[in-house]
Amino acid sequence: MKLFEASNLGAAALAIALTAQAGDDRAKAVEMMKRDFHARGIAGMDRLNEDGLQALCNRSRNQPPKEIAERMERDQIEAIKYPADGKLMGDWKSGERIAQSGRGMSWSDGGAGASGGSCYNCHRIGPNETSFGTLGNSLYQFGKIRGSTPEIQKYAYGRIYNAKAFNLCSTMPRFGHSGTLTEQQIKDLVALLLDPDSPVNK
Amino acid sequence: MNRRSIKLKVVVALAGLAVVCAAHAQKKEAAAPSKKAAASATRDAVTTEFEKFRELMEDASPAELFEARGEALWKAKRGPKNASLEQCDLGLGPGVLKGAYVQMPRYFADADRVMDAERRIVHCMVTLQGFKAEDLAKQPFSSESRTPDPVLLVTYVAGQSRGMKIAIPQKHAKEREIFGIGREIYNFRAGPWDFSCASCHGEDGKRIRTQELPNFTSKEQAIRAFQGWPGYRMTGGLMHTLQWRLNDCFRQQRFPEPGYVSETLTALLTYVGANANGHVYKGPGIKR
Repeated sequence: MKLFEASNLGAAALAIALTAQAGDDRAKAVEMMKRDFHARGIAGMDRLNEDGLQALCNRSRNQPPKEIAERMERDQIEAIKYPADGKLMGDWKSGERIAQSGRGMSWSDGGAGASGGSCYNCHRIGPNETSFGTLGNSLYQFGKIRGSTPEIQKYAYGRIYNAKAFNLCSTMPRFGHSGTLTEQQIKDLVALLLDPDSPVNK
Repeated sequence: MNRRSIKLKVVVALAGLAVVCAAHAQKKEAAAPSKKAAASATRDAVTTEFEKFRELMEDASPAELFEARGEALWKAKRGPKNASLEQCDLGLGPGVLKGAYVQMPRYFADADRVMDAERRIVHCMVTLQGFKAEDLAKQPFSSESRTPDPVLLVTYVAGQSRGMKIAIPQKHAKEREIFGIGREIYNFRAGPWDFSCASCHGEDGKRIRTQELPNFTSKEQAIRAFQGWPGYRMTGGLMHTLQWRLNDCFRQQRFPEPGYVSETLTALLTYVGANANGHVYKGPGIKR
C-alpha cells in the first residue's frame, strides 16, 4: 500500500489537536501496539504506521481544522486515478457480487484480486438484499435520484476510489487508493449504483 | 437444573428458532423489490427472535458445562510443578474467586502491572504450575477438536461473578494510566482500510449487516462488551473468551495480529470495562 507522507501542513495542525495528556497516552498506545502485535498472512506490521491523513484524523478525533482538511481533500482528489479509456460504468451484475463480498485485506484473506467491497456491510443498496448495515447511508435508488450523467459517474467512481477526497475523516475505506479494488471492480460498482437497469434504480 | 430439562429446553428453543428462520427465508424469497418496509421488518423480526431465543437459553446455558470442566481443572494438580490453581490470587487474595472476574483488569503488585482475567490466569499457570507462556500462546482459541485450558478456567472464574456488578478499579496510578492508553488504542485509525475500534463501535444504533454494534464509548452500552462473554457461540458451536473476540475484531479491522494476553488487550478491556462499571454481569452466556 502506498502511504502518504505526513505533510508539513498536517504536522503543524497536529500540535494543536490533542491535549497534552491525550498526546502522552497516544504515544504510549502506539509504542504498546508496536510491541504487542505481529505480522500475520498479508497483514504486516507496516499497517500500524499511520499515513498523513490517518495521523491528522487520529490526533484531531476526526475533527481536523477546516482549512487543512479542505487542502488535504484537494490533494486526495488530484490523486484519484480515473480509467484511461474514460469509461466509468461497468457491469452492474458483477458490481452486485463485489458489493456482497466482505473479503479482502485481512490476515485470513489471500493477496490481490480476491477482494470485495464489503458494501452491504454498511449500506443499503439493492432492494433484494435485506441483510445490510447502517454505518453508511442508504444507496437505494442512487441513480434514479441523481441520474447517470458523466459528472455523477465521475463523482461515484471517485467516492469509491477514495471517500476521503470528499470527507477527509470519513469512516469509509479508500478502496482504490488502498489497492483493495481494481479499476474494473470500481467501474462495476458504479454501474450497480447508476445503471438504469440495475435493481438499485428500479 | 438437571441435564434432561436442559436438553428439553434447548430442543424447544431450537425448534422455535428454526420456524422463525424458515419463515424468514420464505419472506425473503417472496419480498417484492420495492417493499422497503417489509424488508426491514423481516430483518428486525430475526434479530428479535434471536434475542428471545438467547433469553430462553440463558438458564440452560451450554456455558455451564464448560464452567464445570474449568472448575475441575482449577482444582487439579497439574503442570511441571504439580500444583493446583487454588492459591492463585485474582486480586482479592489467594483462592478468592467470588467477584474477582468483575474486578479485572486491575493492578497486581506481584507483577507490577495491570492484568485482565485471562492474562492473570495464564500468569498463575506459569508461576504456580510451571507452564510456559509461549506454549499457552500457541493455540489459545477453541477449535472443533479442542477447548484450551485457559478458556475453561476463565469460564469457571467468570461464573463465580454471576449476578455481580462490574467494578473495574481505577485507584492505582497504573490503572488510570492504562485506561487512558486504552482509549487511544480504541481511537487509533490505521491499516489499509483506516479502521479503529471506534469506526464500528463509536456511535449508537448502528449495524454491520444485521449485527447490532454496541457503542462501547457509551456508559449505557459498554456493559455489552462483557455481557455473554465468555460465550458459547452458536456459529461453530465453540466456547470463546474476550481474548478471541478482540483478536477477531483486529482481523476485521485489517490490522496485524495482537499477541495473546498482551498488554494492548488489557488496555482495551480496562477502557471499555471501566466504562461499564455499575452494570450487573450475568455470567458466561451465549453468542450469535
